[in-house]
Amino acid sequence: MAKHHVSATLNGNDVEFLCETQQTLLEVLRDELHHTGTKEGCGTGDCGACSVTLDGRLVCSCLVLGVEARGKSIQTIEGMAEGTSLHPLQRKFLEHAALQCGVCTPGILIAARSLLERNPDPSEEEVRFWLAGNLCRCTGYNKIIEAVLDAAREMRGG
Amino acid sequence: MDTKVIKPEAEGRGDRTLKIVGTSPVRPDGVPKVTGLARYGADYALPGMLWGAILRSPHAHARIRSIDSSKASALPGVKAVITSADFPEQKYEFVGPERVAINFWHMTRNVMAREKVLYEGHALAAVAATSKIIAEAALRLIEVDYEVLPHVIDVDEAMQPGAPLLFEDMITRGIDPPPNEASNIAKRIEFSIGDLDAGFAAADEIVEMNFKTAPVHQGYIEPHACLARFDNKGQGEIWAASQGHFVVRAFTARLLDMNIGDVLVHPAEIGGGFGGKTVIYVEPLAAALSRKSGHPVKIMMSREDVFKATGPTSGASMTVRIGVKRDGKLVAADGVFKFQAGAFPGSPVMNATMCGFAPYNIPNVRSVGYDVVCNRPKSAAYRAPGSPISAYAVESVMDAVAAKIGMDPLQFRLVNACRTGTPTVWGPKHAHDGCAETLKALLAHPAYAAPLGRNQGRGVASGFWFNNGGESSATVHVNEDGTVVVATGSMDIGGSRASMAIMAAETLGIEYEDVRAIVADTASIGYTHVTGGSRVTYATGIAVVEACRKVITELCARAAMIWSVEKDQVSWEDGSARRAGAGKHEPLSLKAIAAKRALTGGPIGAEASVNAGGAAPGFASELCDVEVDTETGSVKILRFVVAQDVGRAIHRSYVEGQMEGGAVQGIGWALNEAYVYDDAGHLLNAGFLDYRIPVASDLPMIETVLVEVPNPNHPFGAKGAGEVNIVPVMAAVANAINNAIGRRMTELPMSPPKVLAAIHTAPGK
Ligand code: FES
Ligand code: FES
Repeated sequence: MAKHHVSATLNGNDVEFLCETQQTLLEVLRDELHHTGTKEGCGTGDCGACSVTLDGRLVCSCLVLGVEARGKSIQTIEGMAEGTSLHPLQRKFLEHAALQCGVCTPGILIAARSLLERNPDPSEEEVRFWLAGNLCRCTGYNKIIEAVLDAAREMRGG
Repeated sequence: MDTKVIKPEAEGRGDRTLKIVGTSPVRPDGVPKVTGLARYGADYALPGMLWGAILRSPHAHARIRSIDSSKASALPGVKAVITSADFPEQKYEFVGPERVAINFWHMTRNVMAREKVLYEGHALAAVAATSKIIAEAALRLIEVDYEVLPHVIDVDEAMQPGAPLLFEDMITRGIDPPPNEASNIAKRIEFSIGDLDAGFAAADEIVEMNFKTAPVHQGYIEPHACLARFDNKGQGEIWAASQGHFVVRAFTARLLDMNIGDVLVHPAEIGGGFGGKTVIYVEPLAAALSRKSGHPVKIMMSREDVFKATGPTSGASMTVRIGVKRDGKLVAADGVFKFQAGAFPGSPVMNATMCGFAPYNIPNVRSVGYDVVCNRPKSAAYRAPGSPISAYAVESVMDAVAAKIGMDPLQFRLVNACRTGTPTVWGPKHAHDGCAETLKALLAHPAYAAPLGRNQGRGVASGFWFNNGGESSATVHVNEDGTVVVATGSMDIGGSRASMAIMAAETLGIEYEDVRAIVADTASIGYTHVTGGSRVTYATGIAVVEACRKVITELCARAAMIWSVEKDQVSWEDGSARRAGAGKHEPLSLKAIAAKRALTGGPIGAEASVNAGGAAPGFASELCDVEVDTETGSVKILRFVVAQDVGRAIHRSYVEGQMEGGAVQGIGWALNEAYVYDDAGHLLNAGFLDYRIPVASDLPMIETVLVEVPNPNHPFGAKGAGEVNIVPVMAAVANAINNAIGRRMTELPMSPPKVLAAIHTAPGK
């Protein structure tokens, strides 16, 4: 079983890895590149815990093969803060207590950042529909929605 | 969102100024959780680590004639294969209090099938190999010879004479004299007070209804996962996400026949549990594989495994009859609750029989429960286990009774609400208020008077949960610079480190930011029971405050030494030691005393271990507005209000979060969630696509009303806040649907086909 040699960038840094054909990007990130911030909740594309961006596009990394990342730019939760300064979404999630267990949080933060890149001024309903693919079993979503709306407000400078 | 805090006049603590309790500071473990650096059960790795994989039964019920793993063992990369033969037999006995009794004979069979597989997904062998891919390939090489047996899943069918038996020699407990014949009924329980017949004879109106509920899963987003490193000298370590690492240690040691002290369990961050991670599944398997292979072994369940092989809560079949006087006074209530235990005894039916009628003062009550085994995974605790199920039946009938006598459903409940001194069906009298206060809060809420539109309806319901105390340990250490570390043995599932830091800072009179709260491993702190039963803020909180008080005593002694005065001359106020009377000494702050610790006797710290009694129960009353689409039968939640007695909110936002989360879990239970089986007993919806939990776009903002009737037995008045919020939800939704379309929904989930069928049935049928 010859493995594939893949080069990509991960949070802006060059990475190379070897992977099996059937290994998902999620498995590569977690097991080969030791970036365990991206979580597996289902492995079938139904929970959003594994959300990352691939060349800027929001994807479930459990539905992408490791080899498909070849030459692409992967962004994960580990790259969201700039150095020691948290992204406004990260800060607002903490301030609003938008996480209880926190296992859904990395995926939701990545998905929410994608939303705000496209729509800096979303309505509550738009946030709810954008995040409908990200399951959270703990919070009932109130504080997640509030945190995203508050972060959007701050990022708009308002 | 629209959050209100109601402080009843009888509070008695209103004059006390609390600085930090009741605020919402950022949690101590927050930053790693938003940066992806927090480590959960699946995030640990060790050098030389192997991957474990588990062979699971494709049959709902079968005898295991033989297991041949020789081909799997021979596959290159496979380092160990285990079956039930690698675990010692356990004695058949129920240990612990009846409500949560454990039988290790059952537990060892649940983690690894022996004579029979009892549900699809039941583990019966496991392998450890150098990669996931090899481990999975090895599973396919294990040859199992099954004798497939007839199976039974529905609780009413499982109770029928002639039903396929899971245990051919199981005699029902709790019946005197015991029956002669084996059955699937593991236990019968009955509680009663008063004279039921006389009570019903005195009633002006009686309503009786039957109900069915489907099993539902806790649905935590993190699948079970652990890493184990065991050696052949009989010692080992486990990194696991659980609701109780001491319980993981005790159960794993027991199933592997090891001393408890030889197993060290590290608390990984836990990605949700809701009761489902108070038991063990993968931990003893990883440990046994590690012991056999000599390498660390990691096991991660798939989502399919989680649905098929871990605890959902029971499905149930129930009959409830309630009798009332025309003036609204309840006179009699009778409930029969039959619960699916799953493959091994131990459904939460006893809780159900106790909690169902608990919110009310009813002179004549009988409450009967049956614990029934069937070919489905063994039930595990789920948020106020048992109580939401019986509440669905009782609170639906309460609604029908109120309608029959023409009373407002909240006023009707208020007239009958339990108070301190009201008898319970299980014996002791209620020792706390709180029920009536939640009802009054809802009556006063603007939502209760808001107008409704076409096909819209409003429902209310109430609920009770015991809450819990029990064994907890905490240490408080003063650091060299005067900051403080608080360590407890309680797994933090929803922000408890923040609550512990708040209570410590408040007690010591220092800043929240100067306190660091952590969860210690099983070797570093005293025994602490699971994070469950809404016990941590109460019991572990008491341990933290006690440890802080010991530290204060020591700080005062150090100050006395510095000042060369008697200890009783020194008191602690606002974070500083102060000398009584004469003002010639400046107060000594905690930081100042810490700086002089070496000169006054060395490090300052204390441990406190408690077995906390005196927990006060939780009550919740909830309101739900729905809109029913009469063409599709689909139900939209328009508004949902939770009024819950929390005693005293320690961290306000996390208390609100518990209430919001509990309500939404209940909404999923009410409308969508169910285990769906085919005729062969295979679970058809073992994934989040087909087992649909609520998503953000299904919901409005949940509104919370924090009712605070303090518990005098806790230093700050806290009651458990995690569970009772789910109890009334299904009934509130059902009552709202009835209000909208005039049909009583007596089966969960109230999915579109069922609602549509109800619409097409004549009302009153
Ligand atoms: S793990 Fe990828 S969507 Fe759930
Ligand atoms: S915070 Fe636990 S799943 Fe979202």
